[in-house]
Amino acid sequence: MNETIPPKEERMTALNGLGTSRKRVEDARFTQGKGNYVDDIKLQGMLFGDFVRSPYAHARVKSIKTEAALAIPGVHAVITAADLEPLKLHWMPTLAGDVQMVLADGKVLFQGQEVAFVVADNRYAADDGIKAVEVEYEELPVIVDPFKAELDGAPILREDIADKKEGAHGPRRHPNHIFTWESGDRQATEAVISEADVVAEEMVYYHRTHPCPLETCGSVASMDKVNGKLTVWGTFQAPHAVRTVASLISGIAEHNIRIVSPDIGGGFGNKVGVYPGYICSIVASIVTGAPVKWIEDKMDNLMATAFARDYWMQGKISATKEGKITGLWCHTTADHGAFDACADPTKFPAGFMNICTGSYDIPTAFLSVDGIYTNKAPGGVAYRCSFRVTEAAYFIERMIEVLAIKLGMDSAELREKNFIRKDQFPYQSALGWEYDSGDYHTAWDKALKAVNYKELRKEQAERLEAFHKGETRKLIGIGLSHFTEIVGAGPVKNCDILGLGMFDSCEIRIHPTGSAIARLGTISQGQGHATTFAQILASEIGIPAEDITLEEGDTDTAPYGLGTYGSRSTPVAGAATAMAGRKIRAKAQMIAAYLLEVHDNDLEWDVDRFVVKGNPERFKTMKEIAFASYNQAIPNVEPGLEAVSYYDPPNMTYPFGAYICVMEIDVDTGTTEIRQVFALDDCGTRINPMIIEGQVHGGLTEALAIAMGQEIAYDEMGNVTTGTLMDFFVPTAWETPNYQTDYTETPSPHHPIGAKGVGESPNVGGVPAFSNAVHDAFKSFGLTQSHMPHDHWRIWTIANKLGLHEM
Amino acid sequence: MEKIRLNMTVNGKDVEVLTEPRQLLAHVLREELNLTGTHIGCETSHCGACTVDMNDMSVKSCSVFAAQAQGANITTIEGLGTPDGLHLLQEMFKEHHGLQCGYCTPGMITRAYRFLQENGSPTEEDVRFGMSGNLCRCTGYQNIVKAILATAEKMNEMKESA
Repeated sequence: MNETIPPKEERMTALNGLGTSRKRVEDARFTQGKGNYVDDIKLQGMLFGDFVRSPYAHARVKSIKTEAALAIPGVHAVITAADLEPLKLHWMPTLAGDVQMVLADGKVLFQGQEVAFVVADNRYAADDGIKAVEVEYEELPVIVDPFKAELDGAPILREDIADKKEGAHGPRRHPNHIFTWESGDRQATEAVISEADVVAEEMVYYHRTHPCPLETCGSVASMDKVNGKLTVWGTFQAPHAVRTVASLISGIAEHNIRIVSPDIGGGFGNKVGVYPGYICSIVASIVTGAPVKWIEDKMDNLMATAFARDYWMQGKISATKEGKITGLWCHTTADHGAFDACADPTKFPAGFMNICTGSYDIPTAFLSVDGIYTNKAPGGVAYRCSFRVTEAAYFIERMIEVLAIKLGMDSAELREKNFIRKDQFPYQSALGWEYDSGDYHTAWDKALKAVNYKELRKEQAERLEAFHKGETRKLIGIGLSHFTEIVGAGPVKNCDILGLGMFDSCEIRIHPTGSAIARLGTISQGQGHATTFAQILASEIGIPAEDITLEEGDTDTAPYGLGTYGSRSTPVAGAATAMAGRKIRAKAQMIAAYLLEVHDNDLEWDVDRFVVKGNPERFKTMKEIAFASYNQAIPNVEPGLEAVSYYDPPNMTYPFGAYICVMEIDVDTGTTEIRQVFALDDCGTRINPMIIEGQVHGGLTEALAIAMGQEIAYDEMGNVTTGTLMDFFVPTAWETPNYQTDYTETPSPHHPIGAKGVGESPNVGGVPAFSNAVHDAFKSFGLTQSHMPHDHWRIWTIANKLGLHEM
Repeated sequence: MEKIRLNMTVNGKDVEVLTEPRQLLAHVLREELNLTGTHIGCETSHCGACTVDMNDMSVKSCSVFAAQAQGANITTIEGLGTPDGLHLLQEMFKEHHGLQCGYCTPGMITRAYRFLQENGSPTEEDVRFGMSGNLCRCTGYQNIVKAILATAEKMNEMKESA
């Protein structure tokens, strides 16, 4: 009854589904300059707003004079906290349960803080206006060191909550203290450590840095007073969350707010937060009756719009003489800046820092974290990171190295001895996580063999000997790292942001001719969702990926979801996509059964069709079923072929990887040359290997930047000293090495397709690999710990302090 | 501020714009001529997202005043290839996964277009040095370098066969 059926393999290839390196559908418009980013949006009569920012890190604002600015041609309005107060918008809630000034309310708390918002015809007129706003400040003493925040006589930063003894995360012991968060068993851990054969102790600092996407943050707000509808286009990694929060704080009904995330020029966590610019563009649009655009420049972005890391991690790790780890203790001092605006799930004020037992079977552990206010920008966003897992991974991978030194043991061997074994999964960690799956020993073994580890150590020893003989001035460092990620936030039972559960969603509509559109609650910032999610669907519903349009980012059309960050898109929205696909298939099966006049159970799925069991000649393709679903009267079956899935993941996923970096270090100049970077990733089922590899290259380069030079630094007066790309290190093609990638594939047992997420892994694993290489080079001279970033000057200083310049 | 009459040739077409002399070329292209493919990443000439070709040289259009572009011949990303006939560089960036978020891409391709005219048979090292004025935060450059080398190779093959 049908023509010849193409072979199964041929039909699978035609789908371009799971596991294929499908070329990206996004690239046609991006390579031709036809992307549509927020600054590309141009509306009739649109005005431009920009900020007067504080030059001081801590000062009282005595007065703001706006008359001169308002007299400048083209300036329409100057908005200050006094204008926002009647609307109750001069402060806004942060993602971490704190409040933050939208515009300076009586004082400023960090350099670059938003003081007034000037609205003008265009960005040049706005700039003229900014220069004409007169602000009188009275300087106050500044806190830049979190360890000095609670000393006697320390200035009180947050006068608004100075007397508040209870914060969003429990008791506060000092006006500059935000919270103390504990995880694990303190008593048992301290007992184990005090009785241990060997204990290594170290302060590990993960410095303050910034995600610095190439595109800065911005928004275009348009209040349509006739219809009462507010539309905001912006750099939002979580458009639905922005809509709900905007509704809650503005009082505008949620159905009257439309949030659109257009193309986003990189996010890396920077675009998760809600920033004063978004609020001010909305208010300005309401005040002026015209659409208002706000686009910050790079200096604004680096100085004021969030930060990442800034964790001081005091650690103790204990082991038997043979190198079996018995306990891990960590106390972290977390510098949160002037407002606690960390982007973490509500119940986790220090994010997933309690994944800090890493890849190791550590029976007893304890973690405590103190959040502290300082005169720095707020933020604490997860820079290519799942809520502090980068800090956790760096901490444990440094502690392993210092323990290995103490034990006199090779750190590769120490890792191997303590890895969670394959048969221990699902594994319950001492700090409360259930790791879903892993095979660390196989990955590690593969990595060590790939770089010829034993030979490398031999070469390193020979080089050291040559150095001592005065034959060379270059040392070799071998940086090892085995990380375990925790991504895919997350189960609604313990993961929410501002009360919004962290599920995600997918809605699929099959068209009569057998093509489809799918909409998701996430938003791509370069990850290639339009390409990869169509691949998941292609494999699930047997429609070629080319025939599936993907849409994200418009809250009027996309189903509700919590957005894209923390490598959550594949684990959560990817799962929703597969589940929605399965709903489509279930209905398709009923339709096929009717058309073929058999019982549902007599059919089986075969790539792109339902086939009568034992009679492969009788089948209905998905295309045929799609047409019938709309156009044929089928008893007891509604017309149409659509499905929606809201997926609440049962657990997080735990990708892992083994990274090795080989570095040459010139002790006289402090310069480094990266000879080899090997990165093996296990992200479970692989959807698109080309895109995975691209993510690994990019994440490793961000890791390289962080480890080797990138930081947000402050002087004693709270001035940002790295506020431009001249000072803030972003590697060019010239400084970036080539990377070797590899993989193992251990599917997640609880994810519908077994995928785990990969975007952040290379940053999580890369930073310790690069930093450990620097430390390793100087290990034999007695170096145990030296703070990142390892720029040339800092490396030169290590060599100098160790006396290497006298050798 | 008093405006000036600015005449340029942009993507082969003569254009006349009335603009303040302090306007940056990047803003004139984007806002007056609606050529939004030229992106702005830093406005301090570090990132290269705004790279365009001006009088046969790569320039960062955020660091050129409109007034300096009087009479200039400018090519932006919109002037390279058409939807039906992509420029080889555009094809190769796609083929080798040389882009992710797409924000640096127009600047990268526009710079590579000029670079390959400066050096038609580059080594990997040449490409890395020649492209070092353009930052990318997503790709780690490896596939961008690959795409440019592949373009050079194909261009040379085409030349040989011609």
